[in-house]
Amino acid sequence: MAGLDPALVVHLEAWCRSKGHRTQRADENDDGVRAWITRGRTDLDRWALAERAGRPGPDGIVARPRLHWGLAARGALIEPGGPEIAADLIDRDLVWAELAPSLYAHAASAQWDPAQAVRWDAEVRLAPDIERAVVQIMTFLVENEQAALVVPARLLARIHPHFREVIQLLAAQAADEARHVEIFTRRALLTGGEMGTSSVSGRESLATLLTEPDFSLASFLLSVLGEGSFLNLLTFIDRHAPDPVTREVARLARQDEARHVAFGVAHLQHQGKVDTSLLGRLRGAVEQRHQTLISSAGLNQDVFDALVVLAAGEWTPGGIRRGYAAVQELQIEMDEGRRHRLVRLGFPGDEAAELSALHTRNFM
Amino acid sequence: MALLMGAVAYDPKVVTIWGGFRSWFNEHGFPFDFVLYSNYERQAEDLANGRIDAAWNSPLAWIRSRRLAEANRRRLTPVVMRDTDRDLTSVIVVRAGSPYKDLADLKGETVAVGAIDSPQATLLPCSFLAAKGLQPGVDVAVRRFDVGVGLHGDHIGGERDAARALAAGTVAAACMIDSNHLLFGREGTLAAGSTRVLAQTPPFDHCNMTLGDTVSTEVMNGFRDLLLTMSYADPQVRPLFDLEGLTSWQAGRTSGYRALETAVDETSFYSEEGAVAAVGYQP
Ligand SMILES: [Fe+2]
Ligand SMILES: [Fe+2]
Repeated sequence: MAGLDPALVVHLEAWCRSKGHRTQRADENDDGVRAWITRGRTDLDRWALAERAGRPGPDGIVARPRLHWGLAARGALIEPGGPEIAADLIDRDLVWAELAPSLYAHAASAQWDPAQAVRWDAEVRLAPDIERAVVQIMTFLVENEQAALVVPARLLARIHPHFREVIQLLAAQAADEARHVEIFTRRALLTGGEMGTSSVSGRESLATLLTEPDFSLASFLLSVLGEGSFLNLLTFIDRHAPDPVTREVARLARQDEARHVAFGVAHLQHQGKVDTSLLGRLRGAVEQRHQTLISSAGLNQDVFDALVVLAAGEWTPGGIRRGYAAVQELQIEMDEGRRHRLVRLGFPGDEAAELSALHTRNFM
Repeated sequence: MALLMGAVAYDPKVVTIWGGFRSWFNEHGFPFDFVLYSNYERQAEDLANGRIDAAWNSPLAWIRSRRLAEANRRRLTPVVMRDTDRDLTSVIVVRAGSPYKDLADLKGETVAVGAIDSPQATLLPCSFLAAKGLQPGVDVAVRRFDVGVGLHGDHIGGERDAARALAAGTVAAACMIDSNHLLFGREGTLAAGSTRVLAQTPPFDHCNMTLGDTVSTEVMNGFRDLLLTMSYADPQVRPLFDLEGLTSWQAGRTSGYRALETAVDETSFYSEEGAVAAVGYQP
């Protein structure tokens, strides 16, 4: 070490001592050199037992990331020790789906701006009965969207950050739901400024989603069965929309929901391959939820009536007859959709039909 | 039975440090426990009397407990010390623009020191000045900054106040350990380039882990050997080492305490038998 500061050697010796380096003062004839330093081992020892947190790409994911890797980037060199992250979803087979990276990329590219994506200034002048029906349906949608926001948000905080793409996907999903809450609320308030009703039975049904701690079961009940049924519901609203704003908000939400359902199905398909007990547990979850809700009143009567009126398009006996038939048709479509997805998860046809019939009458 | 060590709680981190060491020792099959003291004097007495088996001793506490023990025909052994306890120096610092060129120029001036019981900021520098012909209280006035008395200078407050007095111009020079001169420059207590090192003491040693004769040679050796295996590469050990300020344990030695023994005798800080004799010292 060479240098001109008069206190250089004093400070150098003190600093090297604290860092585990050795110093030796230079002789007079060492030509400008004030002290010789022999490097200690501390900075090397700190990393001696370091390990890589897998490799950065999705192919570098390990079966069971260590808890002390914490929030470190996947593939980072990890100094051993330190606090453990409070994640309990840490098994690749429990969390991962091969589709997650591409679904996340798709989700990120498909984000839309609620202010721009809907023509909010389009003319909406409906008969009061029809407008009331739209407001009631929007009120129902908002309530369900809030459940769909909270469930992935809670889950993602429990997942080991090593499974980055799954967390990113769930974060995008939660952000999708946040926008759905916004656009449905905005449509509801577009003309009058008063929301519709919320029934105990609707909130009871959603409460059972929020309390499901198992990632697979929560994903199954919410995404495969609930959001799956919502795909049909949103198609129905699109088809019978009495105004362009109602149509656009239903379409926008439907695009996102299709992705949410796809991840739910992919995740459970992946898991079914490694866990033969999965189907039995899924079945148990549906049965248990059915038992919990057995005394619940089911779908809010106001929502059912609103759907009939929406499909009727007019408050006439003929219209109501058509509307009622359309809602019956909707429920058949929902049932077919659920059965189809249950079969894709590996349930035999008859069992799929049986389970679909046990699904909550609240749709979600 | 667990080996019982005393340590002085000069900072809340002491609980973290020795709690961590306690876990590590017990996990490695060596039963170990500790008690905390508010000051070094009671700890030195308890070690010398065999009420505790070991003590994490300041250099001054080592001297006192050794004197107390030997007066009672007991024997204490410094088994290990931190690598950072070896070959420290203290410096006597003046303001950069002051006229003092060497120590003799301080004659008739005032020198700031740390707490009455600080080896590095008071006892050793004062003895050093005396050896250079500047008798404290006679040739130079001494202004003491008594912060954390009883902690044998482990509390940095006295040294920092001495440095502040130097910066404020109320004293001609201030005494501090070399690493604190570096620290005070970094933290801004002494502005960069505002001070000059007028003199530096010869190297001396600091703390050690002292064991009493209440434990067998076998236990003592087992304890020492286990300490010497502790590695900075061990993720459980590393944070404890970082907190306690060492990178490895070294064998204990007494050769680095001669200057302090001399300083203690010159000022009658302790008697030959280890009684506290310093005037105005109230730990
Ligand atoms: Fe949604
Ligand atoms: Fe969704």
